[in-house]
Amino acid sequence: MRLFTALAIVLGVLMAAFAALAQGAGPLRIEITEGVIEPLPLALPDFIAENAAAEQYAQSISQVIGSDLTGTGLFREIPQKSFISTPTSFSNAVQFADWKAINAQGLVKGAVSLDADGRLVVKFRLFDVFAQAELGQGQKFTGAPASWRRMAHKVADAVYSRITGEGGYFDSRVVFVAETGQKGQRRKRLAIMDYDGANLQFLTDDSTIVLAPRISADGKRILYTSYESGFPKVYVLDIAAARKQALAIEAEALSFAPRFGPDGETVVLSLQQGANTDLYRTTVSGGTLQRLTSAPSIETAPSFSPDGRRIVFVSDRSGTPQLYIMDANGGEARRISFGKGRYGSPVWSPRGDLIAFAKQANGRFHIGVMRTDGSEERLLTASFLDEGPTWSPNGRVIMFTRESKGAQGVRALYSVDITGRNLRRVPTETGASDAAWSPLLP
Amino acid sequence: MGRIEQTKKQSKKRETRTMKLHSKAILIVAALALSACANGGRFGAANGGGADGAAGAASDPRSPAYFQQTIGDRVHFAVDQHTLTPEAIAILDKQADWLLKNPEFTAIVEGHADEQGTAAYNLALSGRRANAVIEYLVSRGVSPARLRPLPLGKERPIALCSREECYAQNRRAVTVIQAGGLS
Repeated sequence: MRLFTALAIVLGVLMAAFAALAQGAGPLRIEITEGVIEPLPLALPDFIAENAAAEQYAQSISQVIGSDLTGTGLFREIPQKSFISTPTSFSNAVQFADWKAINAQGLVKGAVSLDADGRLVVKFRLFDVFAQAELGQGQKFTGAPASWRRMAHKVADAVYSRITGEGGYFDSRVVFVAETGQKGQRRKRLAIMDYDGANLQFLTDDSTIVLAPRISADGKRILYTSYESGFPKVYVLDIAAARKQALAIEAEALSFAPRFGPDGETVVLSLQQGANTDLYRTTVSGGTLQRLTSAPSIETAPSFSPDGRRIVFVSDRSGTPQLYIMDANGGEARRISFGKGRYGSPVWSPRGDLIAFAKQANGRFHIGVMRTDGSEERLLTASFLDEGPTWSPNGRVIMFTRESKGAQGVRALYSVDITGRNLRRVPTETGASDAAWSPLLP
Repeated sequence: MGRIEQTKKQSKKRETRTMKLHSKAILIVAALALSACANGGRFGAANGGGADGAAGAASDPRSPAYFQQTIGDRVHFAVDQHTLTPEAIAILDKQADWLLKNPEFTAIVEGHADEQGTAAYNLALSGRRANAVIEYLVSRGVSPARLRPLPLGKERPIALCSREECYAQNRRAVTVIQAGGLS
């Protein structure tokens, strides 16, 4: 080989190595909480249909996986038309040079088939292109064909987890209030959907105001406030049985702002009696009502820590609504919000490390997070009206309600990650508010 | 991986309740009120019966329509406040007089907040406003059994703009006259 060519090749290899370093090559890895990130280029060839009956699912599953991963803002899908080669078989060796040449850092190969019992089988392998090695092990999911979206979400969760080191969040559901109609006369109904907006189901009709639904850890029951009796009261809805009942609290009491404890049985809520609104706890099956606060101020919007030992809530005992933390059985409360402004709708991260909240200052609203001691407050959004945050199952994304200003104002759900990046609208057919995000589905 | 639960479609049937007619009317009114608060005439239908005429003639001092239009059915509050202003007290004095003179009526006192706050806190604040009105009416001799608070938070603004001139109208408590007993 001539010297010039040899040098060119060496330089080419060095340049490729530098380019790879610049893109953070080495282990296929994204650290979510670091600074501005260049989305990681991922090759996602369509999943291979291993039998004809699976063909209708293969491309759709690939699309859901692609949407999940690119929707995080952390990944970029390389257009399929740039592919040098397309995998034709799940088990064939990967031609890494073909993927390196188009600057893919990750490659997902997958296949779909229908087994002899008519169940859908989805399998995938994830490759680190620069390391020319598989990342983790191949994995297979089996289920009813109707669950194809869930299987796609599970693949995406696995890919996301292996690359970021975080738990996944795509195979999850969100319960919320779907709303129609003009401001001042909104018709509201409880609804539930996949986190990405698919598989929408209404859980109530729109004959009465419903507010702030909360889903139990097993995803089976919903606590919410309804005005169907003419007055605000807390109800529990069993989703599968499509059956609801009022929480066993005395008939005259006004109750609202309920939340489940991590055991799915304990309920913390606000009760208004006379001049006072305080926090109480009870159980879904109607155990004794235990009073947690007895200050003359307003105490409301409680949220359990994931271990169920503490509660964060809103109180205006200092004169303005602020955030406090107390033991889950009541007792002394410690204030944790100290910024300039008013705080509300606190919710404890499922990881236990952060509290998300809505903050109102200088005529604007913000969604923010702070540590459980109140330190490191960071505001993630700013708008006319942002409130009602809820955490993704992995504690890295927050969904919230944003209302636009004025007489034509509408409410919609948005999500943002905890670095404040990747603000995007959650697609809903109608107006939407008051979302609560389920844990990862089993 | 297990089968996914299929959530059944919500059935259209409601829970059955046994109710007296006028109590049912209160609920109908509450539902109507919740859906079309801007139309003050709906509140006139609060006292049990059809949508028209049940409010009585506005010229009849004993009618709920008179209460609403002449006595004044609402008081307003400052930002974040549930204390009664002198203007509010003047109106509530007249409300109390009317209620004492017309003992066959009861009232639901709605509390409302403007949109400048989170939902749960504003629901609690609106409850305090309703309660402040009730406590004052009780202090003027109205039996507490005749009065019931209905906090509506920021769900039913009557003025829709996002400026103080609308917010001031929305920070209110409205005394809605009902016929007969509360359910």
